[in-house]
Amino acid sequence: MSNKPAPYASPYLAGVGIGVVLLLAFVLMGRGLGASGAFSSVVAAAVNTTAPSHAAANAFYTGYLSDGATNPLKDWLVLEIIGVVIGGLASGLLAGRMRWTTERGSGITDRRRLVNAFVGGTAMGVGAKLARGCTSGLGLTGGATLSVGSWLFIIAAFMGAYAAAPLLRRAWR
Amino acid sequence: MMAPLYEFGRFGDGTGLVIAVLLGIAFGWFLEQGGMGNARKLAGQFYFTDLSVLKLMFTAIVTAMLGLFWLSWAGLLDLSRVYVPETFIAPQLVGGLVFGVGFATGGLCPGTSCVAAATGRKDGLALIAGMFAGVFVFGEAFPAIGHFADSTARGAWTLPQAVGLSYGTVVGVMVAVALGAFAGAEWLERRAERPAHRMKIAA
Repeated sequence: MSNKPAPYASPYLAGVGIGVVLLLAFVLMGRGLGASGAFSSVVAAAVNTTAPSHAAANAFYTGYLSDGATNPLKDWLVLEIIGVVIGGLASGLLAGRMRWTTERGSGITDRRRLVNAFVGGTAMGVGAKLARGCTSGLGLTGGATLSVGSWLFIIAAFMGAYAAAPLLRRAWR
Repeated sequence: MMAPLYEFGRFGDGTGLVIAVLLGIAFGWFLEQGGMGNARKLAGQFYFTDLSVLKLMFTAIVTAMLGLFWLSWAGLLDLSRVYVPETFIAPQLVGGLVFGVGFATGGLCPGTSCVAAATGRKDGLALIAGMFAGVFVFGEAFPAIGHFADSTARGAWTLPQAVGLSYGTVVGVMVAVALGAFAGAEWLERRAERPAHRMKIAA
């Protein structure tokens, strides 16, 4: 892991690559890419396993268990996300960018950064479920299919991020 | 042969799941190549120092949007069989704001956190744990807030329908907006590179 990391690709080039992958998803499957839905399937399956009657009484969980697929590994988005992990790993390995580390600004400690990441993830989990998608399912898929709600979400998400950013300057400097 | 192939019964669920893994691999590959597995790089978006997030997202959206438009224009793809995320105005505005605050705090989004974790970033793992917690919190709160989450539903509502312009016109406007955004992003990055501005940020 001591090798020099390769520089990142141009965001335009990587963007075209992701655009082609998204287009392939539309052409092959008639659906787009996503991410937060995979988290939902796993949570719904976990709740269903530990407290089946509790899950059955909640429309949010049953929505992710409806096709009788209590095995999240049969879920399209869960398999797609497993692919994302494999693809990210392969790219990171080949580019020499694997590091067991914590990415943070110099103004905070590792522990503070991990707390921030957990808190940010929790907020995104709630926000994505309220909006029915995240930067992938609404941002990319809904953006390309010109969904009104998706564009409202994208605009609101960037507004929220820019409103919070000045308070978090120390964490990223 | 008409697309979407799965929708027209060209292959079954099993093949569809194999495609999910393959498309996911390519998705993760390009996210990592573009630096999206690195929270510090992503966070640059919110301080106008590195606008890779905007450039990558908008390029991907425009690429897929143009592909859909041309394939449908050529009669090779039935757009009515392509999934359009449904609109729920109020929950998507509120959810977007909450998501955005989380994005600036966590520095990664749900998809990119998986790439960060896959390349050894502990903050990626912490963010994934937070996502699970957040989804669980939402699930437990659903009986109380489900009414709001299901409100202001508009179905599969698209921008051409909303503004009363043709599909082609909206696609053209989107391309123009994207090109303008790219020019603005390049200008902001050059500005952030200037020594005088760097000192101003530091002060």
